[in-house]
Amino acid sequence: MSNAKQDILTIADKNFSSRLLIGSAGYPNNQLMLDSVAASGAKIVTVAIRRISLQGGAETMIDLLAGDYHILPNTAGCFTARDAILTAQLAREALETNWIKLEVIGDRETLYPDSEHLLEAAEELVGDGFIVMAYSTDDPILCRKLADLGCAAVMPLGSPIGSGMGVLNPYNIEIIRAQLRVPVIVDAGIGTASDAALAMELGCDGVLLASAVAKARDPIGMATAMRYGVEGGRLAHLSGRIPRKRHAEASSPQRGIIGT
Amino acid sequence: MSTTISVNGVEKLAATASTIADLLAAESVDPDARFLAIAINGAVIPRSKWDGAEINPGDAVELVSPAPGG
Repeated sequence: MSNAKQDILTIADKNFSSRLLIGSAGYPNNQLMLDSVAASGAKIVTVAIRRISLQGGAETMIDLLAGDYHILPNTAGCFTARDAILTAQLAREALETNWIKLEVIGDRETLYPDSEHLLEAAEELVGDGFIVMAYSTDDPILCRKLADLGCAAVMPLGSPIGSGMGVLNPYNIEIIRAQLRVPVIVDAGIGTASDAALAMELGCDGVLLASAVAKARDPIGMATAMRYGVEGGRLAHLSGRIPRKRHAEASSPQRGIIGT
Repeated sequence: MSTTISVNGVEKLAATASTIADLLAAESVDPDARFLAIAINGAVIPRSKWDGAEINPGDAVELVSPAPGG
């Protein structure tokens, strides 16, 4: 584990010992969520910001996570820069954090980001002192613009949110990673451990996932698999894969074969 | 002139609350609850100003908290 020992993910001024970021939604119950998050090894856990129930009695989950994890609020569900900015400001007040996972959705069916609103919200939030981690399409130009605006991390989708289709355009992800200096985290679309491993093998700095674990038949087992997928992919990236060839190359010695 | 306020998208009689502190009492929301944030008409009101923050007829109030998310 020569390369992995000191392998720290740094976002803005914070260091994290795991490159897997995980959501807190979609689990059958809070205990399974907590056990899965623990099994994943993740240090950053995402939450949404929602209206409280005025009927009372709602089960709180944030008390269970706060203190043990770096809580990353998101702006999921926002369709305009204005709503995303207000949600980020409410998150800052509620959680006393200036970190935000910025999502501005443009379409209910694909949940693809609205690039214009995303850039507008990113610019304003960065200017307002937020540490912005921007959920983006896998468009290298948009990702570069988000980084240029001062986003602390850029998070291109592997494929649509919750689709489990994995990384559909590895070529773009590689380009994005090569062009940016800030962390690149594949966010959305991860379906299984090999998807997470591929994202890391492409050179990404981290993987953010939610449904792949929460909706797996065995969430704790899948969380563990994701942990190893991310670690394996990262280590493979650091260790240098052999080049692809069009012909075979024997691994056993060619001298001393009987009958020669 | 409006005689109601909107609280988390639900119309309520404005007479029930003239400040955020009144509103929280009327809705049985603990004002000391952790992780609670409030906005009036799209502007976040810091916790330190909840006692004096006026709510007027026609205002839209949002009471939010962290929830499971991805």
